[in-house]
Amino acid sequence: MPGKLKVKIVAGRHLPVMDRASDLTDAFVEVKFGNTTFKTDVYLKSLNPQWNSEWFKFEVDDEDLQDEPLQITVLDHDTYSANDAIGKVYIDIDPLLYSEAATVISGWFPIYDTIHGIRGEINVVVKVDLFNDLNRFRQSSCGVKFFCTTSIPKCYRAVIIHGFVEELVVNEDPEYQWIDRIRTPRASNEARQRLISLMSGELQRKIGLKVLEMRGNAVVGYLQCFDLEGESGLVVRAIGTACTLDKLSSPAAFLPACNSPSKDMKEIPFNEDPNPNTHSSGPSTPLKNQTYSFSPSKSYSRQSSSSDTDLSLTPKTGMGSGSAGKEGGPFKALLRQQTQSALEQREFPFFTLTAFPPGFLVHVGGVVSARSVKLLDRIHNPDEPETRDAWWAEIRQEIKSHAKALGCHAVVGYSESTSICEEVCILSASGTAAVLNPRFLQDGTVESCLEQRLEENLPAGCGFCHIPYDELNMPFPAHLTYCYNCRKQKVPDVLFTTIDLPIDATVIGKGCLIQARLCRLKKKAQAEANATAISNLLPFMEYEVHTQLMNKLKLKGMNALFGLRIQITVGENMLMGLASATGVYLAALPTPGGIQIAGKTPNDGSYEQHVSHMQKKINDTIAKNKELYEINPPEISEEIIGSPIPEPRQRSRLLRSQSESSDEVTELDLSHGKKDAFVLEIDDTDAMEDVHSLLTDVPPPSGFYSCNTEIMPGINNWTSEIQMFTSVRVIRLSSLNLTNQALNKNFNDLCENLLKSLYFKLRSMIPCCLCHVNFTVSLPEDELIQVTVTAVAITFDKNQALQTTKTQVEKSLQRASTDNEELLQFPLELCSDSLPSHPFPPAKEHLESASSNSGIPAAQRATSVDYSSFADRCSSWIELIKLKAQTIRRGSIKTTVTVEKASPMSEGNFRNRSAPPCANSTVGVVKMTPLSFIPGAKITKYLGIINMFFIRETTSLREEGGVSGFLHAFVAEVFAMVRAHVAALGGNAVVSYIMKQCVFMENPNKNQAQCLINVSGDAVIFVRESELEVVSSQPPTANCQSSCPGGDVTT
Amino acid sequence: MTNELDIFVGNTTLIDEDVYRLWLDGYSVNDAVALRVRSGILEQTGATAAVLQSDTMDHYRTFHMLERLLHAPPKLLHQLIFQIPPSRQALLIERYYAFDEAFVREVLGKKLSKGTKKDLDDISTKTGITLKSCRRQFDNFKRVFKVVEEMRGSLVDNIQQHFLLSDRLARDYAAIVFFANNRFETGKKKLQYLSFGDFAFCAELMIQNWTLGAVDSQVDDMDVDLDKEFLQDLKELKVLVADKDLLDLHKSLVCTALRGKLGVFSEMEANFKNLSRGLVNVAAKLTHNKDVRDLFVDLVEKFVEPCRSDHWALNDVRLFLNQYSASVHSLDGFRHQALWDRYMGTLRGCLLRLYHD
Repeated sequence: MPGKLKVKIVAGRHLPVMDRASDLTDAFVEVKFGNTTFKTDVYLKSLNPQWNSEWFKFEVDDEDLQDEPLQITVLDHDTYSANDAIGKVYIDIDPLLYSEAATVISGWFPIYDTIHGIRGEINVVVKVDLFNDLNRFRQSSCGVKFFCTTSIPKCYRAVIIHGFVEELVVNEDPEYQWIDRIRTPRASNEARQRLISLMSGELQRKIGLKVLEMRGNAVVGYLQCFDLEGESGLVVRAIGTACTLDKLSSPAAFLPACNSPSKDMKEIPFNEDPNPNTHSSGPSTPLKNQTYSFSPSKSYSRQSSSSDTDLSLTPKTGMGSGSAGKEGGPFKALLRQQTQSALEQREFPFFTLTAFPPGFLVHVGGVVSARSVKLLDRIHNPDEPETRDAWWAEIRQEIKSHAKALGCHAVVGYSESTSICEEVCILSASGTAAVLNPRFLQDGTVESCLEQRLEENLPAGCGFCHIPYDELNMPFPAHLTYCYNCRKQKVPDVLFTTIDLPIDATVIGKGCLIQARLCRLKKKAQAEANATAISNLLPFMEYEVHTQLMNKLKLKGMNALFGLRIQITVGENMLMGLASATGVYLAALPTPGGIQIAGKTPNDGSYEQHVSHMQKKINDTIAKNKELYEINPPEISEEIIGSPIPEPRQRSRLLRSQSESSDEVTELDLSHGKKDAFVLEIDDTDAMEDVHSLLTDVPPPSGFYSCNTEIMPGINNWTSEIQMFTSVRVIRLSSLNLTNQALNKNFNDLCENLLKSLYFKLRSMIPCCLCHVNFTVSLPEDELIQVTVTAVAITFDKNQALQTTKTQVEKSLQRASTDNEELLQFPLELCSDSLPSHPFPPAKEHLESASSNSGIPAAQRATSVDYSSFADRCSSWIELIKLKAQTIRRGSIKTTVTVEKASPMSEGNFRNRSAPPCANSTVGVVKMTPLSFIPGAKITKYLGIINMFFIRETTSLREEGGVSGFLHAFVAEVFAMVRAHVAALGGNAVVSYIMKQCVFMENPNKNQAQCLINVSGDAVIFVRESELEVVSSQPPTANCQSSCPGGDVTT
Repeated sequence: MTNELDIFVGNTTLIDEDVYRLWLDGYSVNDAVALRVRSGILEQTGATAAVLQSDTMDHYRTFHMLERLLHAPPKLLHQLIFQIPPSRQALLIERYYAFDEAFVREVLGKKLSKGTKKDLDDISTKTGITLKSCRRQFDNFKRVFKVVEEMRGSLVDNIQQHFLLSDRLARDYAAIVFFANNRFETGKKKLQYLSFGDFAFCAELMIQNWTLGAVDSQVDDMDVDLDKEFLQDLKELKVLVADKDLLDLHKSLVCTALRGKLGVFSEMEANFKNLSRGLVNVAAKLTHNKDVRDLFVDLVEKFVEPCRSDHWALNDVRLFLNQYSASVHSLDGFRHQALWDRYMGTLRGCLLRLYHD
């Protein structure tokens, strides 16, 4: 009996009218946990009842505490008939179960009903008393922290990164049970919500157990997904990276960073135990001349994976483990000398992280992915989810072997996804093959001198680009050159990865969002025939997506992709592919060649003219893009770099190797200036379309940048205004004889128009950057395409960006890097080498406080500069609005101080009768962002994971404003519920927010619609840096200083 | 290819002030899009008409959802669904409750009932304000009226507290409520030259001096209803014109004081008795509800028009009214000095405001 849950129901407000006669409500509340239920008294005739209940106490196992949600139901008492439900609140009490997170949940929660939406609010207080449990064989895993963030959370330090954890639970979907035919839609929805809540609690507990087994204390990069398999059941699965984290002492205090981590560390005994022998030849070897003797059997991981898919059409249980055994033997023997044993011992050396401690990532091989088409069958025994487990094991095995083929022993930035249509399911996994520094991965640590040597050897900013595989025995034909940065190691000509841009990477210019979009029609078919058809299409889709990405990358004049995410969606009669990534120009990689167009019939004069016209257009575009993204790499003469190693021809072979007409390619002239050119062949209308579609992608309007990674390369001076948003669009295709081209065009237009709309909507934030742009495609019905986008717009300071004094940039970089040092360096190391390097940060700190002493705090300065820069660039009306907004902001803060400026509306009309009525808003602002940080602020505490699942249904679609009105309201409600939960935990932001699912179904004829949304993120408390500075460096002398963060919050 | 569904939801609710104005003005989505196109926004931003359409629809949907909350502004502050910065909340409320001068002149003093609502069609045609906007404004008047009608305490404070309006707008609404409650006639042709501001000014003076709240701040309806007792008492003033000696004395006092100071002295001298009779008779008639309604008509007929026809300057009017009300204190036979001050103090203010072209 290791826990006591205490709940108090305080009050309600804005309740709906339940009694038409009196226009009032007689409300009471049921509080349920597990099988125990308490009730409050009925509060008669009020829409704002004050229950002020006693403490309801539940004595429960901590296993239940983890699995069960607290369920609060608000009802209207009815003497004569059954009580009517007003709505429910589910509260996940998990955040109360670990010591460092929230201690109490207290606040106003929206009362939610799956049919009516939010109906008023209820004020609840929840506490948990945990008793120490000494039972070693416990089933619970209380105390393991979960983070959605895919990097080491900001106020923690990674002691050890243990590795991959995964789990999966299955159940029957209540929507498809026989009882669903006789119960109300509300009951069915609630059964589903409750089941999923239970399942995710169970899943989290099981993952926690695995983490404890690995001696970790946290899961980072936790990603939980639902597969709604329809008839065959409901799967909840999760992956994550187990870590041992240490909390840093309060970041608000400006203590020298090196002191803080060394205290209160439990796991240190392991680390301080140096065992140089086992790792003697360690980290130096991965650097050069490793002789991996893999046969490059498969040309390109991506292609090979898809060509494999037809093999796994029917589930073969046990196959995964078998093959692992086969391959495992010889590999192990080979790799033992590489001292990467720590990794190799793991079943899957995968990491869901996308950003890493400095020095963690040694080399990056490239993207590895695997897909598999499966036929769903009913899950007969929910307790034995073997089939699904086996499917994933198979895929992971494949990923692992692809990584090996690239000479890499690990996969980072790893993620898994599914796409389901009827009984066909595509399982996908992808990641980035990489060579890692073992020091973070195991209990015994390498000596610090070795570390230092390693860091000296690794040239800053280009090390990760160097190829991990053997150049003489490459796994696929690639074009290698000497690194443009250090000139010592070989690098590929382009690099694709699924991770974020490493902090220390040297980038020229800015980055941009690059998308490849593709549709393929497919015949409607049943079961196996359908699965076979899909399997056959997949390789072509992958190939084309890849080609499109490559073309667009070249068109942008860039040479690397980060955050690559390829989504393949299956529908009744088509397949959709959508790849998003952030293109950058890595200084270490060679300048990309241009794109050259070749016509097939050179005799036709007008045709040739057309081709040359196109060629000119492409060249112009490349030039324009280079200017736009400020890509102007320093000119390096050929002699210094040395000539490219393989002959230029190889280039083309790589790209055309999969096409049926590869023989034609060799006849083409590939030269384009001095560099290799990328040749597009216009041999039919298809190709023409392709080229056209390349050129139809319009760049964002000036003042806008976009990327799908955490940070935008080339922009460092973020200001504090952020706006997270979700946009959903559904188009209906005209069903008459659709062709692939028409489909492609429709899809392309859909995405482009959506982006254009976003730019337009957010124009008041210019200059700004859309970060973490996340597109999701689904095919809800035959002729419907749904695209969901979630992203965050962050403003930045253009003036400071233009100032190439760099001090600001450097400072922030410095701060970032010192931050990271604080977080990630080993205590051992800090003692030895931190002394020479650390004197600088405090100095910077002084410098900064000095600058803030000069009168205006940084944030204030930033906005004013921003504003003045505005005037010359923007049209007057935007300016006017800005101006107004500023006066308003100022006005609403100084509530009682001055009178003439305090008028929010009409200047000077305010007579000093009373304060502006709206200044005393009681609802605290909660920020939401898909990023792991909040610009201009410091996260001081992680309060726990937010993982919520909602269903909304309506039988009066028209009355609620049609599909758009329905979904708009629902998404707004979901945001509201997330914010309310965060606020109740004591937080003021959600970071790493993600909308994992948004399943929308409609039946306009019946006036019905249903939508399921699943979101997650980390609840945090953040403090503005300007506030921190004010607090630490000087007493708050000027009023404006303390008020300006408040003003910012309101934007 | 058609957009079946198209939404944008921000964590902070985006409010476009221009679109909000169009929405408040009652334009349909298509009209709003057309107007926005005409404003040159496409050229400024490089957007397409489709983008504008989608954006406008989106904002309209948001406003539509917000409208329910705007009907009870404190709800907007406490609701959780839309995260809106306080300054923006204030803007939303203020603009929602703002009204058109042309519209308010049409309904000022009318009963805020279904009957009037039916006339909105005509008002819309007459003023060129869309019917939708007329309805919103009318419903706002009615809603505010219903809420504060029977409340105790200061009318302006009540309005501010329940509708979170700026001081200025709350005062305007107080005037509207006051006029609606007392049903003052404002629509007559001879009153057309008066603006809403003129009436609002008078309303404020009357609320301050002529209502129950002026003597006792702890009664219901204190600022809305006129002080009946006071109106009854006003009959007593009749003696000023009925008693010939008193009238002559009053005239001579005024004339002595103003001789040489007034540009229109002779006209004043000639008209004094008429003017005085007019002003005192207005007071005496206020016991009847019907005459209360005609207060402004009477004031204009009995005082403003005669003065105007004699080309009195505003300053002359001011000097005259000051002297006219002050001289009564020197009339020994007159015992209702306090009553006279309460009446004349307010009337003087109103008349000065009403006296213009």
